[in-house]
Amino acid sequence: MTMLLAVRDLRVSFPGATGPVYPVDRVSFELARGETVALVGESGSGKSLTGMALLNLVPAPGEVAPGSSVSLEGTEILKLRGEPLRRIRGARIGMVFQDPLASLNPVISVGDQIRETIQAHLPLGRREARTRAEALLAEVGLAGTPEGYQRYPHQLSGGMRQRVMLAIALAAEPDLLIADEPTSALDVTVQAQILTLLEGLRRARGLTVLLITHDLGIVAGRTDRVLVMYAGRIVEAAPTAELFAHPAHPYTAGLLGSLPRLRGPRQPLRPIPGQVPSPGDWPAGCRFHPRCAKSFAPCREEPPIVEVAGGHHMRCWLGKSGDSA
Amino acid sequence: MTTDGWLRQLWLRPAGRVGVILLVVMSLTAAIGPAFLPDPLAQPDLAQGGLRPPDQIHLLGTDYHSRDVMARVVTGARVSLAVAFGAVLLSITLGGMVGLAAGYLGSWIDAALMRLVDAALAIPRLFLLLIMVASMERIPLWLLIVAIGATGWFGTSRLVRAEVRRLRAMDFVRSAEALGATRRRILARHLLPNVLGPLTVATTLAVGDVILLEAGLSFLGLGVQPPTPSWGGMIMENKSFLVTAPWTSLAPGLAIVIAVVAVNLIGESLHQDPAPPLS
Repeated sequence: MTMLLAVRDLRVSFPGATGPVYPVDRVSFELARGETVALVGESGSGKSLTGMALLNLVPAPGEVAPGSSVSLEGTEILKLRGEPLRRIRGARIGMVFQDPLASLNPVISVGDQIRETIQAHLPLGRREARTRAEALLAEVGLAGTPEGYQRYPHQLSGGMRQRVMLAIALAAEPDLLIADEPTSALDVTVQAQILTLLEGLRRARGLTVLLITHDLGIVAGRTDRVLVMYAGRIVEAAPTAELFAHPAHPYTAGLLGSLPRLRGPRQPLRPIPGQVPSPGDWPAGCRFHPRCAKSFAPCREEPPIVEVAGGHHMRCWLGKSGDSA
Repeated sequence: MTTDGWLRQLWLRPAGRVGVILLVVMSLTAAIGPAFLPDPLAQPDLAQGGLRPPDQIHLLGTDYHSRDVMARVVTGARVSLAVAFGAVLLSITLGGMVGLAAGYLGSWIDAALMRLVDAALAIPRLFLLLIMVASMERIPLWLLIVAIGATGWFGTSRLVRAEVRRLRAMDFVRSAEALGATRRRILARHLLPNVLGPLTVATTLAVGDVILLEAGLSFLGLGVQPPTPSWGGMIMENKSFLVTAPWTSLAPGLAIVIAVVAVNLIGESLHQDPAPPLS
């Protein structure tokens, strides 16, 4: 497998009352070409910021800390500025945001919004770009007719808007699509449609997808690997089936335990007590240990990264002590 | 939303419709009316004296110099309306550009521009204008327009800046950035059209202000110079006859009131639904 994107020690800093805080703290992962990877975490875990940082889009006053590296097939994205950076955004890496209504310009027709993104990256005339935009609309399951092209965002349903967002994100044929909670603002039935569409587009175009979500339910069966994020760090990374079958990190096990199950013996939901701490007051050592049922003395120290099985890593002391989690 | 939709909405509201009709009638009258009226500068009965009350020959009477008041009000509309629209066009252009630059570029550019605006806003506008026009013997009309326009954009720039800052944080602008839109495109296609709503409202309301300001300047003798008629100037010329010949100042006064009410009706109607909802 060839690596499309390599992220090394990604840190995002925000100014805090007592010095900078790091909502994303030394995150490293790789995406292979053609892979679909889920980045899963609760609100406040830093997963969305991670997605934005990949395109150097962290909102002010936040910034990507020095020493971070995001490499797209050898091109260091974080070092780019101005025109070269603009050429990556949209053309190599597309992005879809959570709220499709807020993400569309209310005063421009959806067709023109797609056409303009095409023209921002490809040397096409207005007419050719329009033809392509209509084809894209049809590809995402919306009428590629002149009437469909002329519609405004407020005339579309939530699901249709998200389809438009996908068409815009794919307008310039990117290699990688970052989808930040693409279905969280939608009804469950529409969610499934959008995810199925996304899967179809991925196959047809050989896309690599980074799916950022808080919803483990949409991850199973639709992704190749899962990265579990907690308090600014990736705490577990595993192939999807392996993660659901053998969650190693107590946090992942807790997340899965708090999901209702259809099969197997009836058992009460087990929520994880407490909340994700805010970036200013993360505990020393393992950041999950105050909420962890299995915490013991070593957890006050920085936990090691251990390989649980082939391609399955976690950041926890339990693996080190030989205890099966 | 297209321009077409705007006008349609304006027309559909009773207040807006009245405002539009009033303004169109006034503009048409100012444009073609003087052709059908006596020379506003002629003094036909100078020997017998002026201040004739309204009759069949002079529908609104005559002033002290026996000039026809109606002809002067209608001709004066040209000056007042030209100054109002010209100056407002200039000030929204300036204010819009400064506001967009400050709001979008941010950092030191924003700080510098806004402190400048703060300083300018601290000085009463009339003083600024007085400084500009009082130093000259005769003020040409274009200079009056420039002077009023150049002192009227401070508030507009603040409004636009605030709106741009709000929009810039919205997902569709961030999304456009994430998808590699150029700065120019974000400014022209994503920010400017969404600022036009509040800007239009502010503009129409400013027209009323400027009509009053020009009248005030003329009243102080610093606007358009006599004998060229203007509304404010007429009130000033005839203020001594307010009791003995009220028609001389009442006519231009009413013209000012009608014009200001008309643009305010339009502004208010646009204000009710200036743009499609953003979220």
